[in-house]
Amino acid sequence: MGILRKTTAPLLTLAITAALGTGVANAKDTVKVAFIGPLTGGVSAVGVGGRNSAELAVQLRNADPNAKYEYELVTQDSECKPNVGVQIATKIAADRSIIGLVGHYCSAVAMGAVDIYHRFNLPMSVWGAVLPEITYANDYKEIHRVNGTMINQNEVAAKFMTDQGYKTWVIIHDTTDYGKGHNKYFSEYLTANGGEILADFGVPADQQDFTAELTKAKQLNPDVIYFGGLTPLGVRIRAQMDKLGIESQFQGVSGIKSDSFIDGTGELAEGVVSFLEGAPLEKLPGGQYFSEKYKAAGFTESEEAYGPFAFSAMNLILDGIEEVGPNRKALTEYLGNIQDHDSVVGKISFDDHGQNTVAAITPYVIQDGKWVVWEDSEYADGTRKLSGL
Amino acid sequence: MDMGLLGQFIVNGMMLGMMYALVAVGFTLFFGVLDVIKFSHGDVLMVGTFAGFSTYLGLGAIGIDNAFVQLIGVLVVAIGSMAILGAIIARYLVLPLKSAPPLNTLLVTLMLGTVLREAIRLFYPDGSNPKRFPSLLPTDSWTIGSFNLRADSVILLVGGLLVIVGVHVLINRTRLGMAIRAVAQDEETAKCMGINFKMIVLLTFGLGSAVAAFAGVMNGLYYNEINFGMGLLLGVIGFSAAIIGGLGNIYGAILGGFIFAALQTLGAVALPFASAYKDVFAFAVVIALIAWRPTGLIAEKTSERV
Repeated sequence: MGILRKTTAPLLTLAITAALGTGVANAKDTVKVAFIGPLTGGVSAVGVGGRNSAELAVQLRNADPNAKYEYELVTQDSECKPNVGVQIATKIAADRSIIGLVGHYCSAVAMGAVDIYHRFNLPMSVWGAVLPEITYANDYKEIHRVNGTMINQNEVAAKFMTDQGYKTWVIIHDTTDYGKGHNKYFSEYLTANGGEILADFGVPADQQDFTAELTKAKQLNPDVIYFGGLTPLGVRIRAQMDKLGIESQFQGVSGIKSDSFIDGTGELAEGVVSFLEGAPLEKLPGGQYFSEKYKAAGFTESEEAYGPFAFSAMNLILDGIEEVGPNRKALTEYLGNIQDHDSVVGKISFDDHGQNTVAAITPYVIQDGKWVVWEDSEYADGTRKLSGL
Repeated sequence: MDMGLLGQFIVNGMMLGMMYALVAVGFTLFFGVLDVIKFSHGDVLMVGTFAGFSTYLGLGAIGIDNAFVQLIGVLVVAIGSMAILGAIIARYLVLPLKSAPPLNTLLVTLMLGTVLREAIRLFYPDGSNPKRFPSLLPTDSWTIGSFNLRADSVILLVGGLLVIVGVHVLINRTRLGMAIRAVAQDEETAKCMGINFKMIVLLTFGLGSAVAAFAGVMNGLYYNEINFGMGLLLGVIGFSAAIIGGLGNIYGAILGGFIFAALQTLGAVALPFASAYKDVFAFAVVIALIAWRPTGLIAEKTSERV
């Protein structure tokens, strides 16, 4: 008995310690990551799709038993307004418990925010903004981007449209960095491809009435009306073109490639073309995986055009934290060396400005109320025709 | 420029001008009876449009899909509810501040405008996103050369004109109008003559707000898109239009509205530089006009308010 008693006591203690010890090892440290996008306002559909996709990446990682940390997602709404964006960027960057950020669909907001991330050493990846200057204007190690820029987009767009046989354009663009950038690069590549620009109009990003600009455009009778800007203005311009009886083809940019553009324009959406970086979901290497998981997660909103990019950007940040630990500087360094990193949008390789060098651009056309990849559409095989041809 | 395009510009400009004029009439009515500037006017317009839009959704939900019935429903609810809202604002915000400096009324209504705007943004379902306003008018169009005229634009223009004529008749030909004019001219004397001052003020605010609601629905039908911020710029433009015309004078407000629309159209069309500056141009001319005629183009006859 005495002997037994002497041995049981330490054994018990040992057992308890062991149990407690594994308990501690199972409870992972919580690491915060953040997402910024336009969750309200005219382009919120895209923003919410991006947020859901980023959230999906975090959920999947938390469900993974091999993950070293438990992740908590902090989301903020930029409203697509630079003044609001700068405030929340500061809020996120100043919170030292946040290690990485996936941020920005609106280029004008991203332009204002990159300085802040640099100052606070917060590593981040853009998931949707396409203005080249975001990555190229500065030499900030913290700033990365998984999606392409408007340079590639407009290069492809100009070539594509001139190949269709269009000759003359009228350009309408909003006067933010985003719209001006599109105007600049599209004009550049269009002229190089032999297209002619009859006029270009810069308009404020909250303008309601475009009848004056459009009437002037009507007088010039262009083959195509190019619009460089986001969905709300795109909807108004398309609707008012119809009111004035303008028959020209309407050509948009990645900023209108959203389901809300189709909701807003109804049957006038038919035949509108737009261009987007990357390939469509079903053609992406991990597209099927992504859309299955997205559906399974039960989000009510669509992932929209940039969801897969937000998902990949968040995964990249999480991969980095798993590898180098929850440390901003180490994560920045990790992101700086990304080459051929697998993701649902294909291999990611950052150049020395943190820009993903993959530059696939896909043309889309709206057919029967849906964005369809050009090659798969009835417009490509000649069954239907774009207007003005 | 050929005649067709000129005609197109004129129709576009008139459409804009009609909306501005309707908003400006409200400003001028309020100033006329109470010498106050009600800055929430544009946002009342926006709330009215959303009330109309909700009516449309409601009618659709209970299975009424006749466009004409829907249009009547939208107009009745929008105009009726805003008339009541206008009277409530007058009763509980403007009248209690009657003896306070005018600056207070201006500030209070400015804040009220923000409250209305943010309330729609936050509490209306998905209120921060633009909504697609239905086309409830026939969309046939006639094309003559480069001129394209749509039936809905014509109906809206005629409708706006009828409202303006209606307000004119109401002010100049009815007993109510006479009472409004009497209060505008001299409050004390009007009271002595047995006019119910408070009632007239409430009715005037109701009238002005109802006209704004009409302008809002007109705006929605014309652009097929509404959003919570639509009243902000319309309010500023309507106010400027009322000022250039001469605050307190209905014809001045109408004139001002059309002048502003003409300036904007001219700014977008005739200026050699980008149309991005058309608002800059229009407001710059407004500043010049105000400097030239501080009391407005059609000044009020009484000199008291100069």
